[in-house]
Amino acid sequence: MTAPRRMGLTGNEAVALAWKQLRPHVVAAYPITPATQIVERFSEYVAQGEVDTEFVPAESEHSALSACVGAAAAGARVLTATASQGLALMHEVLYIASGLRLPIVMNVANRALSAPINIHGDHSDTMGSRDAGWVQIYARNVQDAYDRTLLAVWVAERARLPVMVCLDGFTLTHSLEPVEVYPDEAVREFVGEAPPDGYTLLGGEPITVGPLALPDSYMEFRRALAAAMERVPRVLEEGVRAFRQQFGRKLPALVEARGTEDADVALVIMGSYADSAEQAALRGRVRGQRAGLVRVVTFRPFPAAALRETLAGARDVVVLERADTLSGLGGPLGVEVRAALYGLPQAPRVTDVIFGLGGRELRDAELDALLQGELPGGVVYLGVEGAHVLEPA
Amino acid sequence: MSLNLRELSQRTQGLAPGHRACAGCGFPVVVRLLFAVARRPLVVVNATGCMEVVTTLYPYSTWPVPYLHSAFENAAATASGVEAAVKALRRRGQLDTHPKVVAIGGDGGTYDIGLQSLSGALERGHDFLYVCYNNEAYMNTGIQRSSATPRGARTTTSPVGRVQRGKPQPRKDLTEIVAAHGVPYAAQASISHWADLARKLEKGLAVVGPAFVNVLTPCQPGWDYPPERLVEVARLAVESRYWPLYEVEEGRTRITYLPREPVPVRAFLEAQGRFRHLLTDEEAVAEIQRWVDVHWERLRNKAGTGQ
Repeated sequence: MTAPRRMGLTGNEAVALAWKQLRPHVVAAYPITPATQIVERFSEYVAQGEVDTEFVPAESEHSALSACVGAAAAGARVLTATASQGLALMHEVLYIASGLRLPIVMNVANRALSAPINIHGDHSDTMGSRDAGWVQIYARNVQDAYDRTLLAVWVAERARLPVMVCLDGFTLTHSLEPVEVYPDEAVREFVGEAPPDGYTLLGGEPITVGPLALPDSYMEFRRALAAAMERVPRVLEEGVRAFRQQFGRKLPALVEARGTEDADVALVIMGSYADSAEQAALRGRVRGQRAGLVRVVTFRPFPAAALRETLAGARDVVVLERADTLSGLGGPLGVEVRAALYGLPQAPRVTDVIFGLGGRELRDAELDALLQGELPGGVVYLGVEGAHVLEPA
Repeated sequence: MSLNLRELSQRTQGLAPGHRACAGCGFPVVVRLLFAVARRPLVVVNATGCMEVVTTLYPYSTWPVPYLHSAFENAAATASGVEAAVKALRRRGQLDTHPKVVAIGGDGGTYDIGLQSLSGALERGHDFLYVCYNNEAYMNTGIQRSSATPRGARTTTSPVGRVQRGKPQPRKDLTEIVAAHGVPYAAQASISHWADLARKLEKGLAVVGPAFVNVLTPCQPGWDYPPERLVEVARLAVESRYWPLYEVEEGRTRITYLPREPVPVRAFLEAQGRFRHLLTDEEAVAEIQRWVDVHWERLRNKAGTGQ
């Protein structure tokens, strides 16, 4: 194990560097804020001959992901990146990538959706893709974005499922942080030269990929896809073990818990605001409140068992999330946390806090005030002029 | 032309029997000729449409070559990914063969919803052949108008009513749009002129870079003709100059078949049910004839000598 090199990198730079080290056969992508620099930086690597990837600068995100589908079906290692409207435009092809069991890895620079147009961070984009059959992993910081991008290729190629590695727009994509970068050879050793198995269009034998499946066979295909997703936690656990062995870093696979063992109030969050939430929990501890934090690392498949186990003892669960379902039930994470806790004897009360839409800052004072008062349950929009509480339908 | 009829009859590779194309459908002719002239292993990328639906009903497939279907509007983009993979894998010594990528789509998937994807792939210069089997409407969903549908044709979304008589707009000229990309090879062909079609497919497969062949491929239920008249209807399209056979090679336009005694477009219209409502309207027929004449003259001017 060679020592890692410490570098100052933005989230986008760290992802581009991970891509270079992963040496994909094909990258097909389209620029969009705040993911653009991933593709820009990677194009420079290609132009300088630092990586021998076939770069397909597609004319849209729909075509970018379509090209990824073609390349992955040909047996290539394939990476792409997008955000927001770009991910929305890819929506149709997301389902095809997972349905064809193609191990494409995509970095998503999380950004709000139009209208009104907004280039800043929230999770509306990837939450809209949550049921597309992609594994979804949310990075906490730049190091995590780098590590998870490397890990995602290992996992995708073994689970035979596409993986999104999500990093918060601007708060991670454009923030410079110290990152421990592993030697190229170590990355090569970790992921190998090409996907270890799977089908290819280029093997010489006739193979029909993407056939028409009618009611007599379609459900079996979809059930097999669900089964593949059910196997992902195991693959992820193996992946983080292999990762630790290769690089010496221990990564949580599904959830990351801090101070939840004795917590009365457990915060649940995804992405880069985990740091702010952890600080809020620590401030709670200082005030004498037994507060803890659970970060959902892998949102798909949903870590229901891990959350039940971690949250069962809490009186209150406060879900902090940057997306809304607009269903009257709050945000998607809140809905699914409630579903995971349903049926527990003395299940915790869940307050679903929607914050940070379109890059709105999370203010410590607002969060502290919420945690110090009587938690209302239901849905809270935090930091909104004229904020109000919705009762669950 | 290297392929004669005797040789063609001996090349047996085609779609396996049992596919579900209608009697009198044109596209199996295109695929058979494609296989007949291919000298390299092929990978076929197919847009959603009739061809995909009737050839890949799980657990059966009639394709004797590797085949990928992704979605409706993205055959060209998907093909560019396969081609990029071929390049990258060969560069790294991970692939010994050199398959040619062929994308096939109907006019709906090519003229309309797939035009952006096609344009992007052409501009990027991928080494692939795109074949449009053009039956001039959305036939797979039950005969709706596309931008390839000619003026006056009856479809289920350009019906014949009291105030509208079939499609009001003329078809768009996709072959010229493709040629305007400056691709090495773009051509227009018809299933009726098999040797011409075979030569164009052969050229399209041989060039390095993007090639495009737009093949007029009649649809029996959509055009409404007796199944056994498939080839005859397509031939009338060519003989009436309604569908000129030409190619644009490195920017030079050449008409590849000059009808000796062009038949009036009425003969083409009369051979099908989709124009039946027009036949009593002399002015409507005359207008289509004028459109044909104007476009033929324009093409002849482009081709210079006309041949």
